[in-house]
Amino acid sequence: MKKHPYSVINTPVHNIDGIAKITGRAKYTFDVTLPRMLHGKILRSPYPHAEIIRIDTSQAKRLKGVKAVLTGKDTLGKKQGIWRRFRELCDEEILARDRVRYIGEPVATVAAVDEDTAEEALDLIEVEYKPLPAVYEPLEAIKEGAPQLHEQAERNINVTRHIEWGDVDEGFQKADYVREDWFRCSSQAHVCMETHCAVADYTPEGKLTVYTSSQSHYYIKVLLAEILGLRENDVRVISRYTGGGFGSKFELDSAQFCSSLLSMKLCQPVKIVLTREEEFTATKRRTPMFYYVRSGVKKDGTFLAKEARVFTEGGAYTAMGATALYLTGFFQSFPYVWPSYRYDGYRVYTNTAPTSAMRGFGAPQATFCAETQIDLVANDLGIDPIEIRRKNAMYPGYEVPGQATIQSCGLDQCLDKIDQWIKSRGKLPPHRGIGIAAYGFMSGGIFNWFDTPYAFSSAVIQINIDGKVDLFIGSQDMGQGSNTTMAMICAEELGVKIEDIRLHMGDTENCPVDLGAWGSRETLMQGNAVKMAASEAKHQILQFASAKLTPNIVYDLDIKEGWIHLIARPERGLSYYDVVKEAIRGKDGQPIIARGHYTPHRKGMISPAYSFGVQAVEADVDPDTGKITLKNCVTAHDCGQVINPLGVEGQLEGAIAMAAGYGFTEDLPMDEGKILNPNLVDYMLLRATEMPETKVMEVETYEPEGPFGAKEAGEGLTNPTAGALGNAVFHAAGISIKNLPITPEKVLNALKEKKKK
Amino acid sequence: MKKKQLRLTVNGEYHELYISPKKLLVDILRDELGLTGTKRGCSTGSCGACTVLLDGMAVKSCSVLAIQAEGAEITTVEGLADGARLTPLQRSFLDHGAFQCGFCTSGMLMSATAFLEENPAPEDIKEGIQGNICRCTGYNSIIRAIKAVAESKYKEEGR
Repeated sequence: MKKHPYSVINTPVHNIDGIAKITGRAKYTFDVTLPRMLHGKILRSPYPHAEIIRIDTSQAKRLKGVKAVLTGKDTLGKKQGIWRRFRELCDEEILARDRVRYIGEPVATVAAVDEDTAEEALDLIEVEYKPLPAVYEPLEAIKEGAPQLHEQAERNINVTRHIEWGDVDEGFQKADYVREDWFRCSSQAHVCMETHCAVADYTPEGKLTVYTSSQSHYYIKVLLAEILGLRENDVRVISRYTGGGFGSKFELDSAQFCSSLLSMKLCQPVKIVLTREEEFTATKRRTPMFYYVRSGVKKDGTFLAKEARVFTEGGAYTAMGATALYLTGFFQSFPYVWPSYRYDGYRVYTNTAPTSAMRGFGAPQATFCAETQIDLVANDLGIDPIEIRRKNAMYPGYEVPGQATIQSCGLDQCLDKIDQWIKSRGKLPPHRGIGIAAYGFMSGGIFNWFDTPYAFSSAVIQINIDGKVDLFIGSQDMGQGSNTTMAMICAEELGVKIEDIRLHMGDTENCPVDLGAWGSRETLMQGNAVKMAASEAKHQILQFASAKLTPNIVYDLDIKEGWIHLIARPERGLSYYDVVKEAIRGKDGQPIIARGHYTPHRKGMISPAYSFGVQAVEADVDPDTGKITLKNCVTAHDCGQVINPLGVEGQLEGAIAMAAGYGFTEDLPMDEGKILNPNLVDYMLLRATEMPETKVMEVETYEPEGPFGAKEAGEGLTNPTAGALGNAVFHAAGISIKNLPITPEKVLNALKEKKKK
Repeated sequence: MKKKQLRLTVNGEYHELYISPKKLLVDILRDELGLTGTKRGCSTGSCGACTVLLDGMAVKSCSVLAIQAEGAEITTVEGLADGARLTPLQRSFLDHGAFQCGFCTSGMLMSATAFLEENPAPEDIKEGIQGNICRCTGYNSIIRAIKAVAESKYKEEGR
């Protein structure tokens, strides 16, 4: 492929927020203090399922320093949710009025002069509950006669999803070999280092300003306005720095809602910061899934038919779980060519904390099941794990019937690179194995269940007299580096230096709408909007330059690193900075302004573009203790054109830490709906000492739908690790664990079982 | 509770404060002195986001009562750079992309600063930051950044 002569793209640029972050000056919501600010706390249900008979707040209100105590009765009684096109799926009040459905559900909120006083006041609120029978497991909750959580949901079925193509029954008939397996995929906590927090400031003019840690200031603005009965644009959401998101921060949360409610009552700023324990017990989490997967293949390993059924533990409310139910079904077939496929998903309400979006969005669960089963199939048929994947791999131009069109796809090259790496390892010591998993992910969803009337992404550019470019974007940087990515795309397209860009983001008052940082949207969608705006601005500048340079009409002009020139004769040109000065004079003193936007049209059902990759995990399994030690994690990765190599590497390594945690250490065990490990000692995420060596091998492709050929790089990387790790255990110890996380106890039990046989 | 006097030096500046004896060092730094670079991620000493240097030693300031710092010299992340002159470690963090959301970064820098002072053996870096959780980076970029400084690839800037 021809190398593009980029001057900014694919160079290791410093993160544009970097100096603020390493000097401690980056101001997060957690750091916001306003004059007259009060502190809020939230009282939460100790019951998994109960009627609220009575709440007496009188004693709490009398405590010195308490300014307000509010309950569900002080709200408009509206239910909210992110699936706004389906009202019955907007099922969460946030402050419960008559009934609580999970341990941790908010029932009252207090504002006081300081956190200690607010905490003390919580103890003085008397709530009389009538406990109701509860149900915790989806396979129990779906049974006839199980306690029902919501009136409209018989047998607690919240959402169902069916995906089908090809003739599945015929496919199984033709198959030489059929295999079925059951899997249990566990939950996982996001564990953002900055817990959910908000500072709400309502003023007598009827305007509400909310500083909050968020992945989508636009969503939060709209949802707050709706539930509080305010006009959408009387709510301003400011979210400059967000201390991690991973899928947990684009739905309306209790800190945002309760602080706003209290501030509206008091006309004083109110700050609520969730404790780490609340973060574990009362924010949303990864969806546990019970999967049945059946595959039919030919003797030579060619895939013919696949059937998957899943019951997901929905928890008490819909949240973004409905989206996860769809995506897990689609990605169960990924990244392979299945001539026929049938999926049925059931999301089931349970009396547990709601489950929702988390990095990978249903795909890590699906990929774990699929990749584990493929290795079992390959083993049964005596085929090499690489070869069976290569035989069935998606390829450029492949259409997933009725679902998606694959444009760029470097899966085959990724398999080559991983194959070479595995061979380079030679003979492994005893009790060590290498497992692989192939994966892919979407570059932003094309769906709009939120029902926004705006373009999915927008950008505005204003170029000032000194050539400085004000770039206004709606996307949210929660650490993944989208601010830097957008500045790079803008600088490249416009032909200026990254230092020429002044970025404006994280504030609904002066940034255009973007749906936010979730589903790996930003590089492709916000990136396209930025590129379009920059291209339009460049066009305006080139008109003035052309008038000065008077080239032959057949010549094209371009800008590179601040030099406007004839493409055919780069030495003939003008300084960008000089032309901008004259252009602004020429425009009757108006700065150069340009807009860009992006909304996917006719791009299938899922996404305009897909990333691909293959990961290999090398691990030791101690036969005496069952302990797994990660040695190497090597990934061949196709994210189209790399925009920021430093960013891609960081995303990849971060995803490995999180996804390996999902594979073998992280879990949220419960007893009757109560999470048993809501702290960072008992919840075991990976520490520096447990990280394996990591290596990333980029496979460059060009994605026609992406800006400069780029597509997603970050979320999809969470998909393969649990499956690759499981397969490493399989090859190291001859046991296949289908129940996440793969703990030493499960390993030892499986080794015992194996001995018996 | 009766307030008590606290005298301490933070980033080279001497302070005399009157504080409730049950206040934690992290809260005094953030709320009384406005040094919000020091974060709080758990309040149970498990995450390391609140790490500061107390007389040169890395401590978790959510696990230290402020009055225990009587007479001590504290360094927070705000005390690392000299004006616009970043420390070698800070520059290495930039070059290696050793942060993403940035919320753990202050604590990570302080732990790493103490580590480099005490024992800059590259093979011990992982242990040196074991007490600090980073949910974004997977640590390896941080380890590379610290290693580059330990191997003297970064010099002090023109002092």
